Parts: sequence; C-alpha cells; structure tokens
Amino acid sequence: MPFLTQPEVDDEQYVLTCSLDNARNLSNILKAIHFKDHASCFATNNGLKVTVENAKCLQANAFIQAGIFQEFNIREESVVFRINLTVLLDCLTIFGASAGPGTPTALKMCYQGYGHPLVLFLEEGGVVTVCKIHTQEPEETLDFDFCSTNVLNKIILQSEGLREAFAELDMTSDFLQIIMSPDKPYFRLSTFGNAGSAHLDYPKDSDLIEAFHCTQTQTNRYKISLLKPSTKALALSCKVSIRTDNRGFLSLQYMIRNEDGQICFVEYYCCPDEEVSEADV
Amino acid sequence: MRFRSKIVDVSCLNHFTRVINTISKLTKTCTLRLTVNNLYFILTDKVANGGVSMWCELSQGNFFDEYQMEGVCMEQNEIFLELIPENLSRALKTAQNAKSVKVKLTNKHCPCLTVALELPSLSSSSRIVTHDIPVSVIPRRLWNDFKEPSVPEFDVSIYLPALKTMKSVVERMKNLSNYIVIEANRNGEINLKIETDLVSVSTHFKDLGNPPWVSDDASQNSTQEIDNMAEARIDIRKLLQFLAGQQVNPTKAICNIVHKRMVHFILLHEDVSLQYFIPALA
Repeated sequence: MPFLTQPEVDDEQYVLTCSLDNARNLSNILKAIHFKDHASCFATNNGLKVTVENAKCLQANAFIQAGIFQEFNIREESVVFRINLTVLLDCLTIFGASAGPGTPTALKMCYQGYGHPLVLFLEEGGVVTVCKIHTQEPEETLDFDFCSTNVLNKIILQSEGLREAFAELDMTSDFLQIIMSPDKPYFRLSTFGNAGSAHLDYPKDSDLIEAFHCTQTQTNRYKISLLKPSTKALALSCKVSIRTDNRGFLSLQYMIRNEDGQICFVEYYCCPDEEVSEADV
Repeated sequence: MRFRSKIVDVSCLNHFTRVINTISKLTKTCTLRLTVNNLYFILTDKVANGGVSMWCELSQGNFFDEYQMEGVCMEQNEIFLELIPENLSRALKTAQNAKSVKVKLTNKHCPCLTVALELPSLSSSSRIVTHDIPVSVIPRRLWNDFKEPSVPEFDVSIYLPALKTMKSVVERMKNLSNYIVIEANRNGEINLKIETDLVSVSTHFKDLGNPPWVSDDASQNSTQEIDNMAEARIDIRKLLQFLAGQQVNPTKAICNIVHKRMVHFILLHEDVSLQYFIPALA
C-alpha cells in the first residue's frame, strides 16, 4: 500500500478519485483514441468517458466503466475537464508501455475540481511517480445526435475480418465508400485511388459476420484521413459494430477486452462526405 | 610505434563488442589511449559536446589473447589515437562468429586501425575480412589533455536503481521536457523530476543504498544530513543517451552528485569501468 504513505493523498479534497491495479487498462484504451493532443474527460457515476475530435467531422469516445476501476469515487453529479492526452499517456506509461513479465503499474488518479491539475500516483516495484497534469477549460463537444431508432443498417463482425482490410486501405484514395444493403453486395468497402479502384465484399453468411441487420441500400463515402485513426481501436478490439443512420452518419463501435478480461468500448462517429451533385456545380 | 593484438575467445569478443557499442552510442569521436596494461576510451569535456565527458577503462589481459604495443619511446610507452567508435563498432558487427579478430595499427594511406576478422567457411581455407579504420595519431604535446578525471568532491554518492526502469522513466520524461532534475541523498533515495507549463512529474526511488566511500566526514553525519538532497539540473538527452546506450550490464552502477555542478556516473562490470560526467545547467 505505498499510496497510503503519500501524505498528499487525502481523498476528502478530491471531487474524483479512482484507482486501477493495472494502469494499462486505462492507457491501452486511451491509445485507441489518441489522434489529437487534446481530449475532453467526463466522469459520472457510470465511469469515465474520454472524447477526442477532429475537424468537426469525427469524434472518438472511449468508455471506461466504473466497474473497471478498483475504486471509483465521484462527489459531484458530473466532472468535466480537458486535458493533453499525449501528456497523460506519457505519464500513464512512465514505467514502460509494453506488457512486461513483472508486476503491473498501479494507478491512483485524483482531481480536485475546476482549475486544479489532474494528479496521478503510479507505482511499480516500490518506485512511485507523481504526475500533476494541468487541466484546461472544458470545450463543447459535438453532438452527433446518432440515435439507434434512426439506424438503417447494422453489421456486427469480428474485428479480424476488418483489420486486414483497414491495414491495406489505399491511402491515395480520398474516400472509403461503404455499401450496406439487404441485397447483394450486402457489405462492400471500396477505394478509388491512383492505381485504380479496389472493392472488398463480405458475404452475408460469412463466419466473420455475427449479425446482419440491413433494411435499406445505402452508399456513403467517408474521408479516409478521418477514418484512419480508428484503426488504432480496431487493432485492439475483438468485435466491431458498424452502423449507419438515415443521414448517412457512420458509427463504429469497438469492443475491447483488456488484460483482465473486462470489456470496454470505444466508439467513432464520422460524418459522410457530402455528395456534390451536378446541379450544385 | 607499434600495436598488434588478437582476440580468440568468443565471450571476450562479445564483451569487447558490447563495450565498443556502448561507447559508439555515447560519442561520435573519442580518444583511444593504449598502454601496456590497459585500453582507455576517452572523451574530454568540450563545450561543443555540451560539456559531457567520458572515461572508459579496460584491462587488456581480460580481452586479448595477444597484445603487443610499443609506444613512442621507452619513457612514454603509450599511444594516443583519435577515432570514430562507430567505425570500430561496425567492423565488429560481422565478428560475432569469427574464429579470431586481429586489431593492429597500420599505416596505409593514412594511419589506420586495421581489424582483420577470420571467418569460418565450409572449405579448408578461412575467409579474412579486413576493415581499415582511419585514425589520427595524437602528438605527445597534447597528451596532457587526456588525463584521468578525478572523482569529483561529490555531495552524495548513491547506487542507481535498475537501469531499465530508470531508462523507461527518463524516456517518457524526455517526451515532456528538455531538462531533468536529478536529486539524491545519503539515505538511499533518488528523485527524478521534470516540470513544464503542462505537467510536473517526479519519480521517487528508495532503498538504493549508498556506496561506502572512504571519506573523512562521512562518519560525522547527523541523521538530518543524510536526508538532505543534492541536486543537479541536466540535459535530459544526455542522460537518456547514457541510459539507452549502455550495453555493459553493469554489476554496479553508481551516481555521484556535486550539488548544482555535475552528475558523475560510474558503471562497473568486472574489469570494465565506464565513467560519464554530465555538467549541471544553471
């Protein structure tokens, strides 16, 4: 119990305190949304949500439920702050990022409230690190208004089925075109690059597909540069749910199993690229 | 002036390679001093390299099966060469399964340290690979520049924690800051600290132990004094270079701190000793 010897830890003064026996259960999932320096953090009784956005078109959310933490105490209804995610990740992995054979890094994270730094106590093998990361004014995050009742098409598949496809995306293509349909070709990923176009079809009854609920044929294009960061989440996940709503908005939900076998979710929302019709030009 | 030597034993060769690799990670150029009993790799503190200096001492008998040297004259039976350790490290890269390695001083177009590797082959005749590494011979009048640095009058001497852990911590801290404060006391504690506009991080190591230097005032320390921290603020890249570059797996690693002046590291591995000095910044 090395933390108890730290005189600075007095839980009374903090609006948020949480602890983890294995800091990688937090750092790994945050890496899945680390494509910008800054992130917004929201804590409620349910747990911690960390949000990163890009270009008002892409939003990534990582959810770490309260149950993942060994201790999760929140003294207000909700706690919100903005933080430099790059710095937070460097601090969380101060004793090394890879899963070594030794003991895991224990973490205690505390926040006193608006204007105060986020304080991390990390301990591994008797060595203690204290980090104080300045927090910033919280910013409004985008509301994609992605409502499950508006979802037209939904496919759940095993991540390995998508990993290879995403790893080999033709980056010279500006778009990834996704076709989801109750009829052939069911589920098609296409790119249109310098060296020609590529189409990848998944049969509806493929072993990789766990659920297939498509009600209407939809063809949407998404900027590859926006989707590329989601491959970090894809790499860690075991299953992915791909959904599109009536506006063509894309939701990618990744189910990630951590080192202790618990399930966490990372979610990416992406706007479709607006169709420029002949009439508009 | 003559120098020729030969390594046959594989473990000696590997050990020698690791030492050379370490040195090549720490400095671009260095001075090689050859004496009858020892080899020294020396980097003196020049402002150009940030005031860092290094002193690495090997006993020739522990590495070489044959070792003959003749210095400039009987009174000063030594040779001083300047070389790029990276070149030597590269020459030894192919030597891992060599039957023997010869290192000698030759004069081809210019003075060279010639490394001749005898590699095994399927036929009866073995293959010889020769590397000529250009060196410059340092004249006698400059030898005084390469005197062994004295162990500074340190305020605290302490054993370092596991270098792997320390390296990992310093690596992360380097992402966050250009400078690091290293502080230690006579009670076996080291703290590594950085502080920037964004974040402050401090890592605390304890129960490290302090080496028993024979010192006149050590016995009179009051208990209050042993908790006093001596500190130095240094260039974090220099520290990381040292931690990441070392491949000697030291049996003992010691850090001496001269308060606000310099940090002095000593790595000991059997017969090899490597000293590294990093000056403190204001």
